[in-house]
Amino acid sequence: MRHIISILIENEAGALSRVAGLFSARGYNIESLTVAPTEDVSLSRMTLVTSGSEQIVEQITKQLNKLIDVIKLLDITEGAHIEREMMLIKVKADRGHRDEVSRLVDIFRGRIIDVTDVSFIVEMTGSPSKLDAFINAVHEDLVVEVVRTGPCGIARGSKGLTL
Amino acid sequence: MELSGAEIVVQYLRDEGVEYVFGYPGGAVLHIYDALFNQDDVKHILVRHEQAAAHAADGYARATGRPGVALVTSGPGATNAVTGIATAYMDSIPLVVLTGQVASPFIGSDAFQEVDTVGITRPCVKHNFLIKRREDIAETFKKAFYIATSGRPGPVVVDIPKDITDPNVRIPYAYPSKIKMRSYNPVAKGHLGQIKKAVEMMLSAKRPVVYTGGGVIIGDAADELTRLIHATGFPITSTLMGLGGFPASDRQFLGMLGMHGTYEANMAMHDTDVLVAIGARFDDRVTGHVAHFCPNAKIIHVDIDPSSISKNVKVHVPIVGPVQKVLKDMVKVVKETRQQPEEGALKAWWEQIEQWRAMDCLRYDRQSSKIKPQFAVETLYKVTGGDAYVCSDVGQHQMFAAQFYGFDKPRRWINSGGLGTMGFGLPSAMGVKMAFPEQEVALVTGEASIQMCIQELATCKQHDLPIKIILLNNGYMGMVRQWQEFFYDRRYSNSYVDALPDFVKLSESFGHVGMRVERPEDLEGAMREAFAIKDRLVFLDVIVDPEENVYPMIEAGKGHHEMYLSPASELV
Ligand SMILES: Cc1cc2nc3c(=O)[nH]c(=O)nc-3n(C[C@H](O)[C@H](O)[C@H](O)COP(=O)(O)OP(=O)(O)OC[C@H]3O[C@@H](n4cnc5c(N)ncnc54)[C@H](O)[C@@H]3O)c2cc1C
Ligand SMILES: Cc1ncc(C[n+]2csc(CCOP(=O)(O)OP(=O)(O)O)c2C)c(N)n1
Ligand SMILES: [Mg+2]
Repeated sequence: MRHIISILIENEAGALSRVAGLFSARGYNIESLTVAPTEDVSLSRMTLVTSGSEQIVEQITKQLNKLIDVIKLLDITEGAHIEREMMLIKVKADRGHRDEVSRLVDIFRGRIIDVTDVSFIVEMTGSPSKLDAFINAVHEDLVVEVVRTGPCGIARGSKGLTL
Repeated sequence: MELSGAEIVVQYLRDEGVEYVFGYPGGAVLHIYDALFNQDDVKHILVRHEQAAAHAADGYARATGRPGVALVTSGPGATNAVTGIATAYMDSIPLVVLTGQVASPFIGSDAFQEVDTVGITRPCVKHNFLIKRREDIAETFKKAFYIATSGRPGPVVVDIPKDITDPNVRIPYAYPSKIKMRSYNPVAKGHLGQIKKAVEMMLSAKRPVVYTGGGVIIGDAADELTRLIHATGFPITSTLMGLGGFPASDRQFLGMLGMHGTYEANMAMHDTDVLVAIGARFDDRVTGHVAHFCPNAKIIHVDIDPSSISKNVKVHVPIVGPVQKVLKDMVKVVKETRQQPEEGALKAWWEQIEQWRAMDCLRYDRQSSKIKPQFAVETLYKVTGGDAYVCSDVGQHQMFAAQFYGFDKPRRWINSGGLGTMGFGLPSAMGVKMAFPEQEVALVTGEASIQMCIQELATCKQHDLPIKIILLNNGYMGMVRQWQEFFYDRRYSNSYVDALPDFVKLSESFGHVGMRVERPEDLEGAMREAFAIKDRLVFLDVIVDPEENVYPMIEAGKGHHEMYLSPASELV
């Protein structure tokens, strides 16, 4: 099963490599990992997407909690949650394809943020599956470059993952 | 008080009450060595290899329960220490290892003797630090000692760039009396509801077994454990790391379990209906194939580290907490509850266990004209009254020591279980002897293992450490040979230790006393003579039967009921 783990961690040099090292040393799988400082600059928030059996995911959360720099974590897939990923995608858009591409962008509620005679850059946010669907909808030959952030996520409701 | 960085390092160690630092100098730590030179409170023990510095600090920690401290230089000093750090990590031993680092501006430039110590040690430490400013030294040290010794203990590395210890820059220093870490709060007690649930399950058991481990030693809970076992009347078995947590001479003790555990302990594990695991981590040497592990049991597990629980084997009643406090609470609940143990069932269970015990699985050939290694350990027990600190290396001799030296007290049995580090023995014995100069410290070793840190005989000479070395010399890497005998059709590939030195002359050349024994009838006399020499290290080269095996043995991947037994035992 796929799990999204939100982690509050000390914003210190090396904190990221402790998390990444844990996954490689113990042979856990990381699908994506995003990190950025929070409103409190001494804290970073990570969103880590992993998958495995219940037993493995239980070990993953225990091992993460055991890292001295980790302050709190939450497997947000245990409850209702929202996840979003951003993508920048450069597509070929010469005269023959411009209309088709911009129609697709509209349907997916993306934005064209850069234009040349032969290409667009499209910005799009949404669930990872929506971004996948957009990529699939654009003809394969038209895709020049794809950059995705990996998902970040938050639990629904009034409670926050804070100190 | 205004001090330089180097002086802060040393002053901090004094304020922390550190008696000994085991170390080896080099460029990156010279400022610190200079600061050490000017005081007498912290005594520096000069080892001959940085691996030994870590092992000696580790031996000190295992015997005393206080953190061991090592000090090494950057680059090769740090990499040499890694084996010792990993050894302590695997067995949850509190160490603080101070490593020199190249000066801050040079970090990352492949400078002379630079390695990424924080990166190299990250997977084998509880935590590590690279100090960036001299103002942070004291607080970082405080954190390092706190993290190393609290919760599930472990080694902490503090990497200190040379410029930060510059003797010419002084800053105010005060010992930080308190430390707060928002990201690290070890649990202080177990959940009472869970403890009650566990006791209820225990008291309704028909075939209970208590399986204890290193956590009982690390967590100083031998007394509480003994009380619980006596209050319940349950049989108890221990891992290699937990020996001494309950007196081996007590009838309720079934001996060690696992790969080289006793017949009665392993059979009881196989048949138990309620297993109470206390400070043990279900290691594969203990469980064998997990599918065959305690097939009929409900499992209760007390451990301070949540990640030890349900890691290898699914547990029914987890209790996260320090074993001393949890056992105290358990004993209280057992005494207060109206529920009585299942007396009839328990009696029948003990009868079954006594039948297994009667098989005498540790029996060996006492008529042999060769010295049997088992006999050597029994003789050591006799000569030391069972009251020595016994250190060991890794191999058959380690198993024989574990099986035949019945430990009645905690912290007397010092060995590397998790990493199984050959070379651990001699330096760890130095650490123990530093801590307890008035006590007998024996090292039981093999001729292959001892050669891995043999240079430490010089340290023993310099620092007057009259350890008694009992070398069970079988001329083989016996443990390797045994596996080759059983599983590789006796193809003894590279397990013969050829070109052995004359250990008697070798130890004499280091300034110690060397002795050799070759006949069983001479052994006790030789050992008595060795232990009568109080002020010198004696190296006793005991020539033992070259092809003795450790029994019982469970082949890796098999169940507890599938043991190889000694040809000398009743069962075959
Ligand atoms: C050649 C060789 C053969 C071996 N054969 C055997 C064998 O036959 N049988 C055997 O048992 N071992 C054997 N071992 C050792 C084995 O490899 C493991 O090291 C050992 O089994 C682990 O012991 P343990 O489960 O007690 O765990 P330890 O490594 O001692 O771990 C301690 C556990 O207690 C917990 N803990 C620590 N402090 C506390 C506290 N204050 N409160 C609560 N919990 C705490 C920790 O979190 C951890 O889970 C062998 C080793 C070698 C080298
Ligand atoms: C550093 C290291 N290298 C290799 C091993 C693998 N190993 C385990 S036991 C052993 C042989 C030990 O021989 P010896 O010290 O003579 O002890 P004996 O088994 O003969 O009693 C070896 C090579 C190890 N445990 N540690
Ligand atoms: Mg040998």
